[in-house]
Amino acid sequence: MSDNAYEAIIGLEVHTHLMTRSKLFCGCSAGFGAGPNENVCPVCMGMPGVLPVLNRHAVELAIRAGLAAHCEIAPESIFDRKSYFYPDLPKGYQISQYELPLCKGGYIELPAHSEGAEPRRIRLTRIHMEEDAGKNIHESGASLVDFNRSGVPLVEIVSEPDIRSADEAGAYLRELRSILRYIEASDGKMEEGGLRCDVNVSVRKRGAAEFGVKTEIKNLNSFRFVEKAIEHEVARQIDILEAGGRIAQETHLWDPVREVTRPMRSKEFANDYRYFPEPDLPPLRVPPDLVEAIKTAMPELPADQRARFVRELGLTAYEAAVLTQDRDLGAYFETMLAAGLKNHRTAANWVMTEVLRVVNEAARPLADAAPLAIESGELLKLVETGAISLNAAKTAFAAMCKSGKGADATVAELGLAQVSDEGAIAAACDQVIAAEAAKVAEYRGGRDKLFGFFVGQVMKAMGGKGNPKVVNEILKRKLSG
Amino acid sequence: MADSKISVEQVRHVARLARLELSAADETALQANLSEILQYIDQLNRLDTSAVAPTAQVGEAGTPMRDDVIANRPDPEAMLANAPARAGHLFKVPRIIE
Repeated sequence: MSDNAYEAIIGLEVHTHLMTRSKLFCGCSAGFGAGPNENVCPVCMGMPGVLPVLNRHAVELAIRAGLAAHCEIAPESIFDRKSYFYPDLPKGYQISQYELPLCKGGYIELPAHSEGAEPRRIRLTRIHMEEDAGKNIHESGASLVDFNRSGVPLVEIVSEPDIRSADEAGAYLRELRSILRYIEASDGKMEEGGLRCDVNVSVRKRGAAEFGVKTEIKNLNSFRFVEKAIEHEVARQIDILEAGGRIAQETHLWDPVREVTRPMRSKEFANDYRYFPEPDLPPLRVPPDLVEAIKTAMPELPADQRARFVRELGLTAYEAAVLTQDRDLGAYFETMLAAGLKNHRTAANWVMTEVLRVVNEAARPLADAAPLAIESGELLKLVETGAISLNAAKTAFAAMCKSGKGADATVAELGLAQVSDEGAIAAACDQVIAAEAAKVAEYRGGRDKLFGFFVGQVMKAMGGKGNPKVVNEILKRKLSG
Repeated sequence: MADSKISVEQVRHVARLARLELSAADETALQANLSEILQYIDQLNRLDTSAVAPTAQVGEAGTPMRDDVIANRPDPEAMLANAPARAGHLFKVPRIIE
């Protein structure tokens, strides 16, 4: 396998919308889903004579993202003009940050999925603020332009080339999205263009010190496409090198239908952006007390929640990683525990299997697809007290997803409560022992394996509702006597 | 032009980036013009600025900021009023495709 002789060097540039009401430099709505060119004004249309005024909340969210990623927040940063011509860019330049970005350095820590594994740190180069462009719709004979997205605030999160595989790129993106959602900086909805990714890929012989020539794959809008595009591009580059060829430094586009990357027709001057300081915006000054205030108000981050789940609740690293992939999932789990559950891992597994299954099957958000977390908690509480079996809880849960009713009501309605009454169970045991005299004699003669048979018979006699624990106890006592 | 700071190729490159179509005479004139500007920059560069922080902007207070409120109402008709071509509320431009 020649593939093993190479390693991939991957860096990601992630663009994500910040969750503001209004745009970065004007008072237009930054909302998604309006009719064409409804959320536009002379500022975001690039009309002559207008001036941008910076959205304070966008700056605060960008700082929050920077702090969550352990970046250094620059007390003074500047905006620059990135010049290129494209119909979706009405000013002929994008206001971005180039030499002096708002956030520098930092890292994202990837969750360890197995016990004792070292968490991987992917270093960041920077996080900077910029405005989004409009949207082109290509038709035969013409292109149509909608500027609703023009001027919507973005941060671009640039990683160092620390990622080594498609899987790791996926893990990085999932962790990044989780962080952005926890801190409510971005909803990370890729389908609405809320999170987009450019990928830089090169390969080199394992152990080599120098990086190979890289290609850039642009505008990937799903995590799955990012992973597939990287796999394809790494294989393509290795094939070229193995055949004695050279990698051309070029920009590729991912073709999601054919699942290949293909070179973009090289715009001759594509990378000559002629950045220069935006004369319409004085430097962005961030006072230290603002950074402190944002730091103080930061919610718990996924990495901290993961560590707490392992340390205080006894979950495995894997369980903690799954539960913190999504802020709502972690919150659901914690609300369940508030019902007074003692067995944390049962609750964790409940969320990972039952809850995640209905969310995936319904393809809807957690809040719509699953019953209220507190009702899930009450349901498991009934399992803990022995009032119902775990299987009965699964039946009740499926019904609750459809009906929206509570745990107690559902268990009563479906008659799922199990019988723990010793008198009733003892009676059933007596009945079975009387009916199976021959087997009882065998058991007492040393065939211990028959015990399971008796349990089955008692459960059958009780319509499956006997509390297995109590049945076991009473049966054992009676059979030995 | 022996002391030219900028080649005619560079003039053409910048013109292409700016989507300008220049005649041969324009190119020669701009080459001289731009060279003079760069010579002036050279003159400025003779100043010792080692003790001065890079300054792209003046103004002590930093950029002013606004609250995150929606202040504009949708008015696509007004926004499209000067469009040379449109399709409904969309701007129509010559087809672009990579």
